[in-house]
Amino acid sequence: MGKVGKIARRTFLFGAMAVAGGVAFGVYKVRTPYENPLKDGLADGASTFNPWVVIDGEKITLITPHGDKGQGVAHAQAALIAEELDIEFGQFEIDFGKPDKAYWNRALAGDGAPFMATDESFTAEATRSFMGGMIKLLGMQITGGSTAMPDSYEKLREAGAVARETLKLAASSVSGVPVSQLKTANGAVQLPDGTELAYTALAEEAAKVEPVTEISLRKPSEWRLIGKPMQRLDMVAKSTGTLGYGIDVDIDGMVHAAVMCNPRQGGALNGYDASAAEGMRGVQKVVEVSGGVAVVADNTWRAIQAVQAIDFDWGEAPYPAEQDGHWAAIEASFNDDQLDKEWRNEGDVTEALAGGKAVEAAYRVPYVAHAPLEPLNATVLVEDDKVTVWTGHQIPRMLQDQVAKVTGHKSEQIELVNHFMGGSFGHRLEFKYVELAAEIANQMRGTPVKLTFSREEDFAHDFPRHIGMARGSGAVKDGKVTAMELQVAMPSVVVSQMGRAGLSVPGPDMQIAAGAWNNPYGLENFRMRAYRVPELAPVSSWRSVGASAGGFFFDSLLDELIHEAGADPLQERIRLMQHDVSRTVLEAVGEMSNWGSPLGPNKGRGVAFVESFGVPTAEVIEVTNTEDGITIDKVWVAADVGTVIDPVNFENLVQGGVIFALGHAMNSEITYSDGMAEQANYWDAEGMRMSQCPEIMVRGLENGDKVRGIGEPPVPPAAPALANAIFAATGQRIRELPLYHHIDFA
Amino acid sequence: MQLIVDGKSHEVDVEEDMPLLWVLRDELGVKGVKYGCGVAACGACTVHIDGVAVRSCQTPVADVDGPVTTINGLGSPEAMHAVQEAWVEHQVAQCGYCQSGQIMQAASLLSEIKMPSDAEIDEAMSGNLCRCGTYPRIRAAVKTAAAKMQEA
Ligand code: FES
Ligand code: FES
Repeated sequence: MGKVGKIARRTFLFGAMAVAGGVAFGVYKVRTPYENPLKDGLADGASTFNPWVVIDGEKITLITPHGDKGQGVAHAQAALIAEELDIEFGQFEIDFGKPDKAYWNRALAGDGAPFMATDESFTAEATRSFMGGMIKLLGMQITGGSTAMPDSYEKLREAGAVARETLKLAASSVSGVPVSQLKTANGAVQLPDGTELAYTALAEEAAKVEPVTEISLRKPSEWRLIGKPMQRLDMVAKSTGTLGYGIDVDIDGMVHAAVMCNPRQGGALNGYDASAAEGMRGVQKVVEVSGGVAVVADNTWRAIQAVQAIDFDWGEAPYPAEQDGHWAAIEASFNDDQLDKEWRNEGDVTEALAGGKAVEAAYRVPYVAHAPLEPLNATVLVEDDKVTVWTGHQIPRMLQDQVAKVTGHKSEQIELVNHFMGGSFGHRLEFKYVELAAEIANQMRGTPVKLTFSREEDFAHDFPRHIGMARGSGAVKDGKVTAMELQVAMPSVVVSQMGRAGLSVPGPDMQIAAGAWNNPYGLENFRMRAYRVPELAPVSSWRSVGASAGGFFFDSLLDELIHEAGADPLQERIRLMQHDVSRTVLEAVGEMSNWGSPLGPNKGRGVAFVESFGVPTAEVIEVTNTEDGITIDKVWVAADVGTVIDPVNFENLVQGGVIFALGHAMNSEITYSDGMAEQANYWDAEGMRMSQCPEIMVRGLENGDKVRGIGEPPVPPAAPALANAIFAATGQRIRELPLYHHIDFA
Repeated sequence: MQLIVDGKSHEVDVEEDMPLLWVLRDELGVKGVKYGCGVAACGACTVHIDGVAVRSCQTPVADVDGPVTTINGLGSPEAMHAVQEAWVEHQVAQCGYCQSGQIMQAASLLSEIKMPSDAEIDEAMSGNLCRCGTYPRIRAAVKTAAAKMQEA
C-alpha cells in the first residue's frame, strides 16, 4: 500500500521556473535514478516542468489539471494550494491547464495527476489503470485503497508551501528583512513594519531566487480552509447560465456535426443512402466515419435531423443480438476454466455448508448507461501542424494520443482545451466521441467542427456498466451467520475499456470482485470466487465500477443469511465486523437512524455496508409500502473518508451518489435486442425524480488514516439497502436490479 | 420571424418547426439554455414564454407567442434573481448542467405560487431531471427563494 506513494514521491521534485513576467511553482519529473533537473539547467527542465501555481505581475493562477465533472475537484485542488499559499478565494483564477510546451509535461499530467479527496476516485483509478505497469498495484486496495489521493493531498499543499516560502525569500532579498521576520496573508508578504508586498509584485524576483523546497506542512489545527464549509468557485456561473461547457464552445467559422454509428456497437457500416439528407436545409457535407456517417451543417438541429434522414444498412453486432444471450453467456461462465481468481477462502466453507444451506440464491445486475445530462460532444480544428480540441475529458493526456492516432499528428501537436463537464459518471473516460469529432474535422482541415451527440445517439453508444450474476449460499447457527460462499461472474470492464485504447491487460480483473472480496467482515467461513465472462457488449467504468454490482451481491446475500439466522440486521453486521473504522461507521448509522425504534405500519428499514475505494460506507433506508407502490422516505449515510475537505460539498456528493444509485436501482437498465440498446432516452431509463427523492442525512467520519474521495463510495450500499428495506416492509426478497421488474415505486 | 429574447428583439430566418431551443443556442448564441434530451424528459432546456416555464426543445419556434426569458436574462452574475441567489447560497450545483432549467422552472413556480408546499414543489420540479442528484438542495433553495421574494 505504501508502495504507490513511494513511487510517486520518488518521481517528483518540487521547484520553480521563470515564465513570462513571473514565476511558476510545481514539480519536475525526476528521471531515475535521482537526477536533479534543477541542476540540469532550465532549458531542459522547461520541458519537464508541471506547474500548479503561476504568478505574474497581474495575477495568481492555480492550475487544476484534473477535469471537473461536477464533483468540485477544481475547487478542492485550489483550496489545498490556497491553504498553504495564504491566498483567499477571489484572489486567484483557476485554469485546467493547457498542454503548453513551455512548462507543461504531458507525462506528468498523467502520472502526477492530483486526485483530490472530492475527486470521484474512479477517475483516479481509471487514470492509474491506463498507466500499464500501475495496474497491478490496484490489487492492493484491500489494505486501504487508493493511495494517489492522500499523496496528492499532500503534494498540492506542498506546492502552495513551496511557493509561499520562495515568495518570502524573494521579499527578503527585495527588502533586506530576514525571512524569519516575514509573514504571509491575503496574497502578500508582510514586513514587520506593516508593509505588504503583493505576490504579484514579487513574481519576477521569485523566479530569480533558488526555490525553497525544504518546507513543512501546517498542522490541521492551523487550517483556515480545509475542513470548513467553503463557497465553491463555480456556483455563481452554474446558477446564472454563464459557465461554458464543451457543448457551448463557439469558435469562429465553426460548423455543427451530428453522427450516427451502427447502433449494434462495433458492427460494420455496410452501406447507406444519404440523398435525402444532402438536400436538407443547412447541410454542408456528409462524411463517413468509423462505423457510421456524420452530417455537417450550419446548426446542430439541422445536422441531427439530416443524419436521422439517412438510410443505413448496418452489419451484425459482435455480441449476442438478444439480451437472453448475454445472460446465457454469464450463466455458462461459472466453471473452473473461467475462474478469474479465488479472492478469499477462509475457514472451511465446503464443510460448513455440508450441514445444510440456509440460503441458496442467484442475483443479477443489468447493463446501465452513464447518461450524464450534457450529451457527449467535442469541437476539433485540424490544421496541418496542429490539432485543437475543445471538450470535457477525464484523461487529457491519453486523449491527446488517441486524437493523434486519428489525425496522424504527433501527440504534442494536439492541444486540448479542457472544459467543465456536465456530468460524467465514467462516460468521459472514453475516447470515441472525441475520435469521431477528429475524424470529421480531419476531412475538413482548417474548419472547426463541433460534434454533438443527440441524446439517442448518446444512449445507443454508451458503453454501459457491465452486467453480472452471482450465486450465493451460506449457513447459520445459533442465531449467527457462520458461512458464506459467493461466486460472481462478469465480463471484464478493464479489458473492454483498455482494449478500446489499444492496451491489453493481463491477469485477474479486480473489478469483477470489487465490493464483495474486500469486505472487512470476519466470517468464520468465507469463500469468494470471481469468474471471467468472455467479452459481450462493450462496457465501461460506471460510478463505483465493480463495487456497484459486487456490493449488491454480497450485502443482499448477507442480509438474507442474517434474516435466516433470526439476528438483527445491524447488530449482526456489527458483530461480524473486524475493522474498527468500519464498525464505527455501522454504529454511527445505527445511531443516526435510531435503528430498532418502532416503525409505523407498512414500513421497513434496511441497512447495507460496502467498502469501496477505501471508504467504509453504511446506509440505512426507510421505505413505506403504499397503495401506489414503494416510497423511499429516509436515508441515513455514514462514511469515513479520513478527512472531510469541505463539509458542504461532501454532503452534496453523498446525497447525489445515493440518489444516483437509488434511481438506477429502481428503474434503469440497458438491454439489447437485435443487437441494439432498447433504451433510447431518459423516458426509458429515468432515474430518480424529485418527487421520489427521500430525505438524506449524512455524517462524514474522520477516523481513517488517509484522505479518501467521496464521489463513488455512497453508490454501492444504496441498492442493497433499498432491497433489504423492501424485504423488511413487504417480505419480498428481490435479487435482481432494476427492482421495478418486481415491485412498483410510487 | 420576430423573437424577443431577454428583452432584445431578433429577426430569425429558420424553419417553422425548428425547436426554440436550437434557435436560441445556435442561431442567437444564448448558451445558458441547455440541450439534454430533446423530448421533454429532462427540463434542461426550460425557458419562460410570458413568464411561464416551457420546454424549449418541444416548442417549435413558430409557436412562440410572447417574449422569451432565458437563464441569461433572468439575472446576471452581478445582479442575480432571488432564485439564483438562493441557488448560490445553498450551493445546489454539482455539474450544474441541469441547473439553468431547474432555476427557470422554480422561478416560474414561485411567480405562480408564492409559498409552495413541499408537495407543490415536488410536483412542479419533477419534470426536471438532475443526474447528479441535487434534489435535496433544490428543495431547500426553492423555499429560501420563496421567503426572499416575500420579503422583497
Ligand atoms: S432538452 Fe428539453 S426537456 Fe430535455
Ligand atoms: S447538477 Fe448535474 S445534472 Fe443536475
